[in-house]
Amino acid sequence: MRDKQFWIVSGIIIAFLLVYNFIGHPFFLTNRTVMLFAILLFSGTLIYYTRLAKMGEPIFLRDIPGLKAVEEAVGRSTEMGKQVLYVPGIMDMDQVETVAGVIVLGHVAKMTARYETPLNVPVSRSIVMKAGREACRESYLMEGRPDLFQDDMVHYLTDDQFAYAAGVNGIMVREEPAACLYMGKFYAESLILAETGNSIGAIQIAGTASQSQIPFFVTACDYTLIGEEFFAASAYLSQKPELLGGIKGQDVLKAILVGTIIVATILRFLNEMGWISWDVMNFLTIQ
Amino acid sequence: MSGELIGAWIAVFLTLAIFSYLYKDNAFYKIAEHLFVGISAGYWTSMFFWTQIQPNLFGRLWPSSHYDSESLWYGIYNAMSWINSSVFPAGGIDKGHEMHLIYLIPFALGIMMLLSVFDKLSWFARWGIAYTVGMAAGLRAYGYLNSNVIAQVRNSTLNFSDPDMPVFALIGNSYFNGIVLLIGTIAGLLYFYFSKEQKGAFGKVTRVGIYFLMVSFGASFGFAVMGRISLLIGRFVDLIAYNGTQYHHATSWILVIMVILLGYSAYKNDDPKGNTAE
Repeated sequence: MRDKQFWIVSGIIIAFLLVYNFIGHPFFLTNRTVMLFAILLFSGTLIYYTRLAKMGEPIFLRDIPGLKAVEEAVGRSTEMGKQVLYVPGIMDMDQVETVAGVIVLGHVAKMTARYETPLNVPVSRSIVMKAGREACRESYLMEGRPDLFQDDMVHYLTDDQFAYAAGVNGIMVREEPAACLYMGKFYAESLILAETGNSIGAIQIAGTASQSQIPFFVTACDYTLIGEEFFAASAYLSQKPELLGGIKGQDVLKAILVGTIIVATILRFLNEMGWISWDVMNFLTIQ
Repeated sequence: MSGELIGAWIAVFLTLAIFSYLYKDNAFYKIAEHLFVGISAGYWTSMFFWTQIQPNLFGRLWPSSHYDSESLWYGIYNAMSWINSSVFPAGGIDKGHEMHLIYLIPFALGIMMLLSVFDKLSWFARWGIAYTVGMAAGLRAYGYLNSNVIAQVRNSTLNFSDPDMPVFALIGNSYFNGIVLLIGTIAGLLYFYFSKEQKGAFGKVTRVGIYFLMVSFGASFGFAVMGRISLLIGRFVDLIAYNGTQYHHATSWILVIMVILLGYSAYKNDDPKGNTAE
């Protein structure tokens, strides 16, 4: 009850929904009730913990080695006088991983601006190029080094998957970056990129939620941010309270999901044995 | 046949040029890479325009079914048609669409993206980016919540009461597989719990979770490698086919010429970076 405002608003929404249900819930698809619960639960939990973090509640997050290594990788590039290569995946801004990749790019750009390290970001989508440029421009401005920012540091290659991989490979073998960061959505080109980066001796950090590509990054990269770790990267790197609160909220949701799975298993057993009539499997099925 | 013959020789050259990267970065690889990147960029630009922008955007703004040469709207169209009749054919665009002026919004967003070529107007592009990200977030939230959360919870629940289900089976439903799925889901989920140190009993559970993840990654890795091997076999099959007499032994000739040129360049210029054959 640390956030009274939140609980008051939640109470009003719940009361409104109860009244709506009591008067016959017009225009409501009852076979999607579980989705309503899920949206309310997820939204409410995330908002609550974000607000708590903003109010100064301390949020503890365990270390993720791959994220600590990002600054080390940029530092290594600085020491060697070589560039940092950042690959934000091959998909467009309508993919959540690409969005996360561009956000992390902003943090990496801050580091490269701070250390005066060259940054090279080849992209395969025009909107990603524009978003990447905006993210880098803002980072260089925030670090007080707009003079170091150039539009060309984020440059378009091609939309074609393997042509893009060939182009990035060419950049790797010719420019020999000291650090290669792969953060975004990847498909079959992941191993081609990571193997080439490995062959030039670059420190490599990958982050993706593409399940089929994580094995290749795990094999060929020094550090890999797996799924959720990648999405948490922005909060870790920025240490902004609202983002850290979001991570805490997601953790609480995971715990709730674990509890839900166990409870649903018990309820299913009870239903199938005929001891209760309520069918949890039917409830969990979105029509 | 001559077109097919030239195509075969080009295919063999480009395949071997890409394979030559296994030796080191060289002029043949650079030629193939730059051709690939350049041609694909042009190809996709053309594809997007002729399969998306022209039929789906212009085709809904100025469909032939609503053509009225007296109206101002189609007057604008006629002016554009006078400039380029292949994009804006006379009488409106016939792609089977009705007129939807709501498509003026993506049209305007596209123009805003193009304005980024002017420094002072480049901020307009942020509207397009904001729309794309916001629309995708809203659109996918429901789908992900349904498929990645609710469906996962539903499918993770164990069925203990089916008398026909075997205790153990390698494939399909069994009590053993159900328990493995349940433990794997819970342990995997807890591995991604960030606000607690992975120590003690919790640490042991998360360790089980990472074992599950690694087993699944290993299986996925093996499956993908098998797919890649089949792609490699496909290229070799083509190279062997193109080495036939009807193609004048394209593979052998190009391979021999490449090896000679690479060997000669390595002999003339022993550059450790491999930039030898330029």
